[in-house]
Amino acid sequence: MDPAQTALLARDIGAGLATIGVAGAGVGIGNLFGSFVSAVGRNPAARDTMFRDVLLGFALTEAVALYALVIALVILFA
Amino acid sequence: MAGPTIDPLGQFRLTTGLGPLGASVNFTNSNEAMLAAAAIIIALFFAGLRAQNLIPGRTQAAVEILYEFVHKMCIDTIGEEGKKFFPLVFTLFAFILLGNLIGLFPYFFAFTSHIAVTLTLALFVFLFSTCVGFYIHGFRYFLFFVPAGVPKWLLPLLVPIEIISYLARPVSLSVRLFANMTAGHVMWEVFAGFMLLLTAGLGIFGVVASIIPLGLNVALVALELLVACLQAYVFAILTCLYLHDAVHMH
Repeated sequence: MDPAQTALLARDIGAGLATIGVAGAGVGIGNLFGSFVSAVGRNPAARDTMFRDVLLGFALTEAVALYALVIALVILFA
Repeated sequence: MAGPTIDPLGQFRLTTGLGPLGASVNFTNSNEAMLAAAAIIIALFFAGLRAQNLIPGRTQAAVEILYEFVHKMCIDTIGEEGKKFFPLVFTLFAFILLGNLIGLFPYFFAFTSHIAVTLTLALFVFLFSTCVGFYIHGFRYFLFFVPAGVPKWLLPLLVPIEIISYLARPVSLSVRLFANMTAGHVMWEVFAGFMLLLTAGLGIFGVVASIIPLGLNVALVALELLVACLQAYVFAILTCLYLHDAVHMH
């Protein structure tokens, strides 16, 4: 295989590897909503006030996954 | 390879708008969307507050809900001083919200999907909150980097960490918004392009099978609507948190 093709292949594999980081965000979001459900089970009255914080936490956690996506895009296109 | 291909990032390409006049001053479609966002929010407030009824109509109610939502967020997060920063936070929130929502429509341009735009907003917030901190506390603001109640021998380790995390704020603030919007639009493009590939490759069976990515795209619209509002909210509340740090130093 000629070196240019190998470099392209390595770039694609690297971009794929960069998306592994999304797994951590998956754990985080699952943990977040799991805790939210059990908290609502204990105190249903506090649902609305807690849900606002949960949304903030969700957005912050999801952003970590998107950092991995940005790295993958940088590897692929930059 | 012949046939349709997926070009996920082509939708973010800048073109000049407004004909030859726009081309001569590099007035891009991104600028058009920004002007549209500003015009829509001003028109909404103008229409909503023209007749100030005790029992608000729909437009007035929408305007009041938007106003009170951001006002409460400011007071709750920053404290009583939040009233002074309310116009800034509201402007940022409304501008980003409208920018995200305009970008959701087909053939419209999401200017928040460009890192240049979000980094400018984030750098402004960062520099502004730093200036507020120095204005209120003077050089004592440097004590912000020294966490209270920590053993003395840990300080050489903790102070650099605090400084780095402070300097990382504009990066995380801008990349969060930019990456969320870009990722959503790329996902749409990938699924839409997949439909074209299916029809080109499998004929009539492909047309039937395209219902699956089409359905996914419809579901993604709902998700992106949530993300568009959520990211504007997150940007605004993080601005409030940074201003809280600048005002109260803890």
